[in-house]
This record gives sequence, C-alpha cells and structure tokens, in this order.
Amino acid sequence: MIRALLVRGLLAGLAAGLIAACFAYAVGEPRVEAAIALEEAAHAAQDQAQSEAPAHSHSHDEAVVSRDGQRAGLFLALGLYGAAVGGVFALAFAALRGRIGPRPAGTLAAVMAAAAFVAVVLVPFVKYPANPPAVGDPETIGSRTVLYLVMVAIGLLSLAVAVTCARRVPRYPVAAGALGFLLPVAVAWLVLPEVEEVPSGFPATLLWDFRLASLATQLVLWAALGAFFRLAVSPRRPRTAVAG
Amino acid sequence: MSELTATTPIPLSRLLPWLLAAVPLLLLVAYLVTFDQGAVSQMGSYLHELMHDGRHLLGVPCH
Repeated sequence: MIRALLVRGLLAGLAAGLIAACFAYAVGEPRVEAAIALEEAAHAAQDQAQSEAPAHSHSHDEAVVSRDGQRAGLFLALGLYGAAVGGVFALAFAALRGRIGPRPAGTLAAVMAAAAFVAVVLVPFVKYPANPPAVGDPETIGSRTVLYLVMVAIGLLSLAVAVTCARRVPRYPVAAGALGFLLPVAVAWLVLPEVEEVPSGFPATLLWDFRLASLATQLVLWAALGAFFRLAVSPRRPRTAVAG
Repeated sequence: MSELTATTPIPLSRLLPWLLAAVPLLLLVAYLVTFDQGAVSQMGSYLHELMHDGRHLLGVPCH
C-alpha cells in the first residue's frame, strides 16, 4: 500500500513538474532572457571600463551549458523536483492519513497540497522572494541559501504548531490554527535578516514580473500535484456498465 | 486498489522503513536540483548551470 502511494506520488509529481515547466517556459523564460541580457550588458560595460581590450578571463564568458541547454534543463529540473516533492508528499500522506486532517482521502490530498504550498513556497517567498539572473551577490549565495532553508523549516514547523493549536481549541479550530501558523511565521519574517541585493537601476517592472512568474510556476506545480494525487487516491465509482 | 482509499492509519512500524529509505533519497534529488553548487555532486558548476533556469523559476537562491 505504501509502495502504491509512493509510485502515485512520484508520477503525480513528475507530471505536475512538467506542466509547471511548460508554464514557466511560456511565462518565466522571457523574463529570464531579459534579465540575462541586462546582466551581459552590465558585464560588457564593466569590462570596457577596466580595459579597452575585451577581457575573456571571467567564468561567465565560458558557458558550461548553453542557453538552449539551460532552457531544456528547465524541464529536467522541474520534472525531477516535482517527482522528488511528489514522493515526499505521498509518504507524508501515508503517515497522516487516518491520523490528522480530513477523513476523505481526496480531501486530505487537496488540503495537504495547499498547506504545503503555503509553508514551503509562500512563507519563504514573502521574506526571500525569487530573484532573476543579475540580481543577487554570488558571494552571499551560501548565507542566502541557509536563510531560505531556515524559512522553509519555519513554514513546516508552523504548520505543525497550527495543527496542534487547532486540536487543542476544538471550539475555534480555524482561528486557533491560523494564529498558531501566523504567529511564528510573522516573528520569523520580522527577526531574520533582510537580503537587499537588487542592483541599482535594475528595472522594477522586470523584477516584479519575474517574481510573479516564479510564484505562479510553484502554484501550478503544487495545484497540479494536489489535483493528480487527489485523483489517484479518490475511491473509484463502481463501473456498473462494464460486464464481468 | 481498495487499500489505497482505506482510512485506517498505516502502522508506524510499516511506515518507518519507507520513511528512512525513501525520504533521504528524495531530498537528495531535490537538493541536487535546487541547491548543489558542486559540493555534493562533485561536478563543479555543471548541475548549477544545467538546472539554472529551473532554480530561478522555482524561486530558490541560485547565484
């Protein structure tokens, strides 16, 4: 039974990831291209300012993977990410079912997907939003990655706090759950350090459009994962028309 | 198939081996896609470059 759930989770996640990749290719890629064009223009200007001869010593001049390769990599990345997330989602579903959350399997799958999107995507996004190429100092990638993961962990822990609060206050489970979630998340938003690395002169509209496209990509992925997994675990109606 | 839709909890003793075996593996795949800069994959910046657009559009810090 666990194996069957895991296989369905992996497949639902893979399909969701590929659908999200199609969305990202149509909506996100034009913004990535625009940001890369700005990045290259900035590098060219910098090189020219340093010397008249074009400098070719920078690593960005020697592409390890071509732009076409990176565009194809989008599908590989989101497919793999979707499958991995779908697998973990299925095992979490196997652990929670009958213990926590709504009884109908399909409803539990939908609620879990929505909760996971809020905790794993929305909570970190509000504090550390997605950045296009050309935004972000490569020197600080380590600390920014740690802060991002801390925010993901806080989102998941707050979800556990919310469930505990909702169960402890059965008269007002929604209010108690919302409070139990938002309080620790809000404290983390306020306490954790800011990251402000948008270069001066980077177009605000491009930044906004990219961030919206990134958030929408994640929304498509989690909505599709929830929908597919819900289908996979919902009881099938008996097919009376089929003989045998 | 009817097992899939049952609502009795799956005993923890049956869950545990799956959680211990599959979750680290799945998280490793997610890590390689989203965060690896060569430290775990030992592929230099290759994974970073290949997953580049995916990382940006998934919203994780890329560079």
